Amino acid sequence: MKPSFRRSLTGICFVLPWLIGLCTFTLYPVIASLYYSFCDYSVLESPVWIGGENYARLVHDGAFWLSLENTLIYAGFSIPIGMVVALSLALLLNCRVRGTAIFRTIFYLPSIVPIIASSMLWLWILNPSFGLVNQALAPFCHLFGVQPPGWLSDPAWAKPALILMSAWGVGNSMIIYLAGLQDVPETLYEAAEIDGASKWQQFWYVTLPMLMPVVYFNLVMGIIGALQVFTQVFIMTDGTNGAPAQSTLMYAPYLFATAFFDLRMGYASALAWVLFCIIALLTLLATKAMKEKINQVR
Amino acid sequence: MKRTPASTFIIYGLLCSLSVIFMAPLAWMVSTSLKPTQETTSLPMVWIPRAYYATVNGQRMEVTRDNEVSPGMWHVTEFSPTTWYTHTPATAVVPGSQIETKIRPRWSNYPAALSIMGGETIDVDPKYLPNHPFGAGEDSNVSFWTFLGNTLTVCLLSVVGAVFSNAMVAYGFARLKWPGRDWLFAATLATMMIPGPVLMVPLYTEFRAFGWVGTLLPLWVPAFFGGAFNIFLMRQFFLTIPEELTEAARIDGCSEWAIFWRIVLPLSKPVLAVVALFTFLGGWNDFMGPLIYLTRKHTFTLALALQSYQSRHNGVEWNYLMAASVVVILPIVVLFFLTQKTFIRGIATTGLKG
Repeated sequence: MKPSFRRSLTGICFVLPWLIGLCTFTLYPVIASLYYSFCDYSVLESPVWIGGENYARLVHDGAFWLSLENTLIYAGFSIPIGMVVALSLALLLNCRVRGTAIFRTIFYLPSIVPIIASSMLWLWILNPSFGLVNQALAPFCHLFGVQPPGWLSDPAWAKPALILMSAWGVGNSMIIYLAGLQDVPETLYEAAEIDGASKWQQFWYVTLPMLMPVVYFNLVMGIIGALQVFTQVFIMTDGTNGAPAQSTLMYAPYLFATAFFDLRMGYASALAWVLFCIIALLTLLATKAMKEKINQVR
Repeated sequence: MKRTPASTFIIYGLLCSLSVIFMAPLAWMVSTSLKPTQETTSLPMVWIPRAYYATVNGQRMEVTRDNEVSPGMWHVTEFSPTTWYTHTPATAVVPGSQIETKIRPRWSNYPAALSIMGGETIDVDPKYLPNHPFGAGEDSNVSFWTFLGNTLTVCLLSVVGAVFSNAMVAYGFARLKWPGRDWLFAATLATMMIPGPVLMVPLYTEFRAFGWVGTLLPLWVPAFFGGAFNIFLMRQFFLTIPEELTEAARIDGCSEWAIFWRIVLPLSKPVLAVVALFTFLGGWNDFMGPLIYLTRKHTFTLALALQSYQSRHNGVEWNYLMAASVVVILPIVVLFFLTQKTFIRGIATTGLKG
């Protein structure tokens, strides 16, 4: 055997698990999914080719549009709110007062709580009569003479409830912001101070531009995560029904129900590809919008 | 930078009040888990679980405060550790001043919650999955420890699989030269952009064809075949190990496997720890996977068992539900405190989503 051939063989042996994994658990599924999306497929029988009919049906599917709308509303609020909360916490932690490590642990802890357990917890906390949130709001509601929100039992408040819950678990992005903040060179602040910049100006013209790559990363992760929101919706709003009154009918649970409850696997695959396109489009838009800002600094 | 005492005070004020807000839900969960059922829905709410004692019909007994019938006067009912009574409970109206209050956490909620979690008849809605065996009876009375065992099986096998397969593959990408390597690496990175839902349906049909639906296999076997993100992470780490080190071993006649096993792996403990930790967390927290693939109760993981318990008992016994949730959270919190450095480094350096 020639030594170069031998070396190549060794290399391929090392990546062999991944070659098998890539083909079995990624490539084949992607191709199959694309094929199914043009088929009528119930798992119990073989797929039947129906052309673009699944995609044509989507246009007239009210539940599809509603789930898309709900998901975009959820994402549209939970992403920016999460980013502001995470960045604010990171800025506070970056003040380098004594005890920062303890506060960092406290703010981070909620995000490691398994989503299944935090869903249970928030279901209880948002209980309209006995939950912690409404107990805390009670004095204010009394003061202004308004009814406390019904949260997950009120169609108008169900999405805000999910958004509120998402803001509690921002620990991951907070840590990423904090790492970004600590990478901003001290000399920049010193220079800004000599130039007479106020704290606010320092934040706006030094900190924020330097943080742009981190903001971009968190934004993209936020888009990918929020558009696929599943577990908390499934647990807290009665499975895939989107209770109350379909106000929390989200995209991923709708897709799940289509595939595994209705056994319309072909249609579900079409839904999945539309979701892929939406995520790709929004990520692309975010990249376009942020690229300029990132380049300004570099 | 000098800071004025006033601004330091404001910073501490903000940090402390935000800490209270962030911790309150967890504290509330623990508090609820230690209350008797009746107390979870009694107003005004209390943080510290209590027991009340009063004299009813001439007998001193533990009671439940039902409601304040008139200022200072309470309607009380003989306490029952369950929500039902085996006999007609004694009731009375007594002045609030005569009700004795003791702090008393109900630790017994925990074993009770765990046994409720396990002891139920078959738990899968037949509409869930087409190939469900409908084998009622056999699945009833599964112990909590079975769920824990299933979860640990999935988590530990995934960790072993992920650490070894990804390290091997990453070594192949980082240290060996072979035709098509860079092309395959680019393809690997590209697969990270494919969202889970796209793979959901075909993976299900694939595992169904393997006869794996209803077993734990779909949840851990894929870990043995690598994952794009972890390969990327480990490759980046391996690239920082000086080339001279591996080159010297190669000249000394070390085989590639020996270089990988005896030189590179021991130097890569930090990245191996990050991958192991987040794989474990992923297995523990996964809900959609078990929901799709596990159809019978004796195969359920903790996450799925908790959900199936909640869907049966929603809105009644919050104390037991919270106790069960604490049990699911606690190992993760302990793990976090034991491995805090790995955790923070993992997120900060990789931007990993837990």
